Order: sequence, then structure tokens, then C-alpha cells
Amino acid sequence: MTIYNLYIFDRFGTCLFYQEWNRSKQSGMSKDEEYKLMYGLIFSIKSFISRISPMDFKDGFLNYCTNCYKLHFFETPSGLKFILNSSLNVGPMREILQHLYSAIYVDLIVRNPLCPLNKPIESMLFKTKLDAYIRGLPAFTTDE
Amino acid sequence: MTVYSVYIINRAGGLIYQLDHANPKTEVEKTFSYPLELTLKIMDERVVVAFGQRDGIHVGHTVLGVNGEQVKGRQLEDGREVLEVIANQENYPIAIRFGRPKLSTNERIMLASMFHSLYAIGSQLSPEQRSSGIQLLETDAFKLYCYQTLSGIKLIVLSDPRQGSMEGLLKKIYELYADYALKNPFYSIDMPVRCELFDLNLQATLDAAERSTFYAPGS
Repeated sequence: MTIYNLYIFDRFGTCLFYQEWNRSKQSGMSKDEEYKLMYGLIFSIKSFISRISPMDFKDGFLNYCTNCYKLHFFETPSGLKFILNSSLNVGPMREILQHLYSAIYVDLIVRNPLCPLNKPIESMLFKTKLDAYIRGLPAFTTDE
Repeated sequence: MTVYSVYIINRAGGLIYQLDHANPKTEVEKTFSYPLELTLKIMDERVVVAFGQRDGIHVGHTVLGVNGEQVKGRQLEDGREVLEVIANQENYPIAIRFGRPKLSTNERIMLASMFHSLYAIGSQLSPEQRSSGIQLLETDAFKLYCYQTLSGIKLIVLSDPRQGSMEGLLKKIYELYADYALKNPFYSIDMPVRCELFDLNLQATLDAAERSTFYAPGS
């Protein structure tokens, strides 16, 4: 079990935050392009599932798996998007992403008047707290 | 076991086969009195609920019928505009039938090619070496399973979210495709599958999968 990386996007598609932990393959493009591609992927998946679904949703898109990683997705009603890639044997991460939002993002960014909300996050406190939280998760074990 | 639909996509992202197996009912009919509580708008030549979710009518539902009359696109069968009929106070009380829009063939082709590229991007953005594309996509309304064969054909099954693994079923569908579509001398590769034997056998397989189950829908 391991966690690879985390993206946070705002509702306009700006990448507010990115961090990687055990990522072994880079995408072969600049980070900026990668963020755009990731946002486009999520945006298209949302539109795809809303049209192909035979039924109505509550939460919408939750996660997808390929043969070697799993992408977890959580979106707040205000359009903030949390995207976390993990290995396949990790269970649902919804609560963890929700916690990232409610306890870490809201506490350290929204309640900090010096942090602009629509710019990439520069707060060191946020970065260290988030890093410590992710490293403390049971799903975060680098050995194997 | 509920399988909602099956899609087969060729190497270039073209839709070559599509079948709707089970169709959950989402239609709601309700009688309204004059000022309509819902906000409707025109989207893609359809009258869509934009705001005001209630009584099983959801945002994104389209108007399917007015007073028992079918709606075609944004017009009634007799050619009157739906929005004008609904805006006119003399027509009230009015019974409107709402439901999820039925996908047209064109939209299905579009969605198939959209998935084709999502699949490729999913593998490109992988944090690990040698990732495939999206094999399982989960939402709270359905699960989408995708199996890509070595020759690049994608088999896609939409199923109930509580459903366990579909790998066996996907392999079985591939077997049927190889047996009945590819061995058909009148079938040219990468073209839409129009083959009665394939239809019949696929239907039988889905029905059999439905019966061999741990739970029945709704239980």
C-alpha cells in the first residue's frame, strides 16, 4: 500500500497544490501541462458519467482503477477538487479527502487571511501539516 | 446482478456495438399549478430542469411529455414550443413527465470516443510504470468495467454499483465477439457489428449472468 501523489484544484482549474510521495514515473511533460491534463481528465470524466449514467447521482464520480494505480476523487460543493493517487489495495479514501478539506484546507488556508484562495498555496504550515497527515495514514507504507 | 449496458469500441475509438440490457425507470409525472416551481432551460435542443429539484425530479432531467403528449426535442408533437406552452397560464393545471434523457446513437458514439481518450490519458498520468488505462470506474450510481483485448478492442460493461467483479462476464463477451462477429464472413473488421447470432448469444449470456446471482436488484 502506498500513496503516490495529491492534486488540489479550485473550481476554475487552477492547481492550488501538488505533492508527490512515492511516484516512480513522471508523465514526461512539464508540471503545468500535467496539471491541465489532469484537470481536463477529471472534467471530462464528470461530464462523461453524468451522460452515460442510467440513473441519477448523489456524489457522482468516486474513483477509477487501472492495473497499477487507483485515483480517488472528492469534490466539495464549492468546486474544490481533491485528487489522490494510491496503489490498488487501498480502500475508499473519501473520508480522508474530506478530512483534508475540512480539517486542513479550511483551517489553515480559508481561515488564514494572508492566503489568497485562488492562487497556488504557499503556506508552509499547510504543507507540513498535510505531509504529516498523509505520512501518518495506514495506507502510506513505502516498504514492500 | 444487474448489467445496464454493453459497449464495444474499436481500436480507433469508434463505437461498433451497443446494447441496453436493463433500464432503470427514472420517469416521474407530476401535475403543476400556475407559477411553475421549476426552472427549465434549453440545452442541446432539449428542455432540461436547471433548478428546483423535488419529488424525484432532478436537475438534468428533461421534459418527456406534457399532458400525455410526447415531446420531441424542444417541441410538442403538434409543433408548439414546450417552453411557450409551459409559460402560458391558460394551459394550467399541467401534467409534465420528466426523466433522464435517452441517449441518441450520435451521443453514444461521442461518449465512446470520449472514453477512448480518457482511457489513454488515464494511463499517461499514471504515477507508476506500465499502467493500463481505466479498467474500473466507480460512481455511486453505476460501475463501469472496461476490458481491453490484445488487439485493442475495448469491451465496456455498465453495472450496478453493488456488483462484484465482472471480469468473467467481460471475457465471455469477448469470446462471443470472437466467435460470432469475427467469424462472420460478412463482417469487416472495425465496422459496426450487425450480427443476429451475436445479439442472441450476448442477450442469453447477460440473462444467465443476471440469474446466477447473490442478490436481486432492489433487495
